[in-house]
Amino acid sequence: MKRVVITGMGIYACLGTKLEEVKQSLYLGKSGIGIDPARAEMGFRSCLTGVVPKPALRGLLKRRMRVGLAEQGEYAFLATRDALLHAQMDEDFLEEHEVGLLYGNDSSALAVMEGVDRMRDKRDTTLLGSGGIFQQMNSTVTMNLATIFKTKGINFTISAACASGSHTIGMGYFLIKHGLQNQIICGGAQEINPFAMGSFDGLSAFSIRQDEPTKASRPFDRDRDGLIPSGGAATVIIESLESAQKRGANILAEVIGYGFSSNGAHISQPSVEGPARSLSLCLEDAGISVEDIDYINAHATSTPIGDSSEARAIHQVFGACKPPVSSTKSMTGHECWMAGASEVIYSMLMMQENFIAPNINFENPDEYSAKLNIMTKTTEKKIDTFLSNSFGFGGTNSTLIIRKFKN
Amino acid sequence: MNEFAVIKKINAFLIDEFEVEAEEIIPEANLKETLDLDSLDYIDLVVVIENNFGFKVQAEDFQEILSFQNFYDYILTRVKSIQGA
Repeated sequence: MKRVVITGMGIYACLGTKLEEVKQSLYLGKSGIGIDPARAEMGFRSCLTGVVPKPALRGLLKRRMRVGLAEQGEYAFLATRDALLHAQMDEDFLEEHEVGLLYGNDSSALAVMEGVDRMRDKRDTTLLGSGGIFQQMNSTVTMNLATIFKTKGINFTISAACASGSHTIGMGYFLIKHGLQNQIICGGAQEINPFAMGSFDGLSAFSIRQDEPTKASRPFDRDRDGLIPSGGAATVIIESLESAQKRGANILAEVIGYGFSSNGAHISQPSVEGPARSLSLCLEDAGISVEDIDYINAHATSTPIGDSSEARAIHQVFGACKPPVSSTKSMTGHECWMAGASEVIYSMLMMQENFIAPNINFENPDEYSAKLNIMTKTTEKKIDTFLSNSFGFGGTNSTLIIRKFKN
Repeated sequence: MNEFAVIKKINAFLIDEFEVEAEEIIPEANLKETLDLDSLDYIDLVVVIENNFGFKVQAEDFQEILSFQNFYDYILTRVKSIQGA
């Protein structure tokens, strides 16, 4: 079995569009949540959203490469460009090696809506333009990034709802561990436009604490009333230890465990047993005990039932051990398909800088979160090993364990 | 719309949509090579013409359009035909 290490990261998110900026936001406990007034006119219950700047790609990418990029693809391009730069993988390296690409994405609603509107208006499919199909397919991110960066290894999208980004790192780890690939670009992308979020809003899943946007996302807090949709993209470059050492890469950390499970139950209601099994399997895969985990980056999205279920699962697995826990979604909102990848980056930044970002807005515990050690303030702490949870609709669960690299 | 206005409009969308430099637009220059058009780009050219002039170009019409001048002439003919209708 090969060891799998992380050698590059890039992010485009509401907490910042560069690693340094994101690190500062995490340290300061800064919220990236705001209001999109247009949502009220569209019949949303909640206008709360993560606020991500619109990328300007003209001049960075040729027209042919831009026309196929949907909103989330633009974020993913920028995050991946930065991650490759961070990993010191240039065009020549990508040309000469079979670098893989696994990216999480589970919708392309805006592109589909625009195409449908145009079809109804024009009644002529040619007038939909050449980019529509490449923006509308669920694999839009991987098909575009593979073309732009000319990757030659494995190439497909993983759609697993809000665990998509986490599963890409897990599956990438699995492929490298078993010697099937040497380097893989992993990540997750999430569109943030109203069309992508309307039906989610319709389930009454979003917080309506609109008078206090930065206080609306409050995972594990007794008075939480729903999640805040958010988005962007996060890219993590993973490779075999041999590959990283051979090219003299700066090794940032090691992926040592991946656990996964399916609840086998309700489509939207979470369970305790499924996530608990994912956590346990991940610890088993990593070959470590609960005492070795220095920090848990929780999936907790700020929904009443989801956070309770995760709190119970963590307590069931970790018991009296009680490692520090925080949900960075308290600052970012729920980055959905991107979250599993972005939260690995958030935790990596904390591990590099020896702090735990706060679970902001956690003021009062409920029955279950009272049993966890939730960090309410930025805490200086040396982290050697962290665990990151991601769960999604349909009962898909993914857990990753990442450790500081030791030769 | 007179001939000057039509050509000005064509050049504007070529510069904006297809990112060609104004000085590269020479009437006798080859349209496909100058704009670096592939088969997908021709679809977008159909779209941008429809957006700007309100008519649809058939794919086979492009076979006769080699230079920018051919392109101007084709559009001018279609515009006049619509205006005269």
